[in-house]
Amino acid sequence: MAESDWTPDQPMVSAKDVHKSFGALEVLKGISLDVMKGECICIIGPSGSGKSTFIRCINALNPINSGSILVEGQEVNDPQLDKLELRKKVGMVFQQYNLFPHKTALQNIMMAPIKVLKEDRDEVEQRARHLVKKVRLDGKEDSYPGELSGGQQQRVAIARSLAMRPDVMLFDEVTAALDPETVKEVLLTIRELAEEGMTCILVTHEMGFAREVANHVYFTDRGVIVEHGPPKTFFTEAEDPRTREFLSQIL
Amino acid sequence: MEAIWSWFEWLYEAHGVNLSIFYDSLDRDRFFFGLLTTIRLSLICIVASVVIGVVGAWLQTSRFKWTSRLVQGYIQFFRNTPPLVQLYFFFFAIGGVLPKVPDASGHMVPPIGNFTWAAISLSFFAGAFNVEIFRAGIEAVPKSTSEAAEALGYTRLQSYIYIILPLAFRVCLPSLNNNLVNLVKTTTLAYVIAVPELLYVSSQIWSDQFNVREMMNVLLFTYVGLVAVLVFMMHRWEKTLKIPGYGR
Repeated sequence: MAESDWTPDQPMVSAKDVHKSFGALEVLKGISLDVMKGECICIIGPSGSGKSTFIRCINALNPINSGSILVEGQEVNDPQLDKLELRKKVGMVFQQYNLFPHKTALQNIMMAPIKVLKEDRDEVEQRARHLVKKVRLDGKEDSYPGELSGGQQQRVAIARSLAMRPDVMLFDEVTAALDPETVKEVLLTIRELAEEGMTCILVTHEMGFAREVANHVYFTDRGVIVEHGPPKTFFTEAEDPRTREFLSQIL
Repeated sequence: MEAIWSWFEWLYEAHGVNLSIFYDSLDRDRFFFGLLTTIRLSLICIVASVVIGVVGAWLQTSRFKWTSRLVQGYIQFFRNTPPLVQLYFFFFAIGGVLPKVPDASGHMVPPIGNFTWAAISLSFFAGAFNVEIFRAGIEAVPKSTSEAAEALGYTRLQSYIYIILPLAFRVCLPSLNNNLVNLVKTTTLAYVIAVPELLYVSSQIWSDQFNVREMMNVLLFTYVGLVAVLVFMMHRWEKTLKIPGYGR
């Protein structure tokens, strides 16, 4: 496996000329980007521009048609791909939380490490309780998802993903379904993660967050990356008219 | 106890209501044995048909075309033919051609007895419906939920066992209830291949005692009771499976 060649000074996620079609509709028309370890990048753009599709390709939820995505040197676009190996490295949080409604918050967090990684239950529980505190949900361990607010559910989903000890976290419009009040708590959690050095890739409409936390911002439109740059210059000195138009509508 | 038995004897002598299953120890034993056989047959068929349903529904969602075709064929066969004909088919058409084997005392007997044939036949019959019931439950689980499991590294089977099935179960319990109630009632068909279940022993009793009217009443009340117990347990189960903040 090519994995062994990878060293931390190489990009943790490296996409090259990624193409993806759903039937006749080409959604990604050659996306390339590199994410270094510890970086936090934000992908913004109008809906339908392919940003969610792209992020889902990184952990092979969507297979790609051509191009290459390397995660720590492991080729995602490989028919022989060891999906478990990939998904141990890549955590993902969804817009609709997608918690398991028949399990409590704590069980949601503990399940995958026990069932998938076959780790020791006591050790996992200790880690899970620690994660519950980390996402500020002390006392909600035994609540079912249906008893939690959207923001609380989303933080459980983040903790559930972290319990697998991933190297990269993918966030797919994780605040899009939340009311403005709870958006803050979720963003704070992600911000803390990024500041602790977790490699984060976000698809988001939260421009404030992108500006303050991201190391790099990518703007996608109609399946291509139109423009990218560090937030400082990206938000003030955008060159492409499409980027400007988008920013003027949203800011 | 004796007092109760003799009261039924008095009831017969004084009013002509012949409930021999209470005062006659032979009839009592026969009836009790029939009751046990019905319960045993029902429990075996319930468990087996639920297993068939769970496995069949899993095979139906499989990526391989031939497995889902196989399951489809099985469902068509067992849903589109009368259970009575199926029972005859298993017992006479299949059971009849199997080579006989010697039993403990050296007699040549069929390798599969009538009780086992009834259990097999009725399990397959109810199982065909259970597959469809579970499929409906599985389809009610949002795709995004199984996607989240996939992203956490669950294999398809793990996600089926730990996430999809427990959720699907809750959705399809009411229709499962219906089918299992039907199954318990359908066990009376085992009568036709001489399985000594409730209906069979009752017919023996009324042949001896000429108390057809009484035994018909007894039969109906017994089945009302049996099904009531099943429904009660299923409802209890439904309650324990209820998820706080989910569904109704």
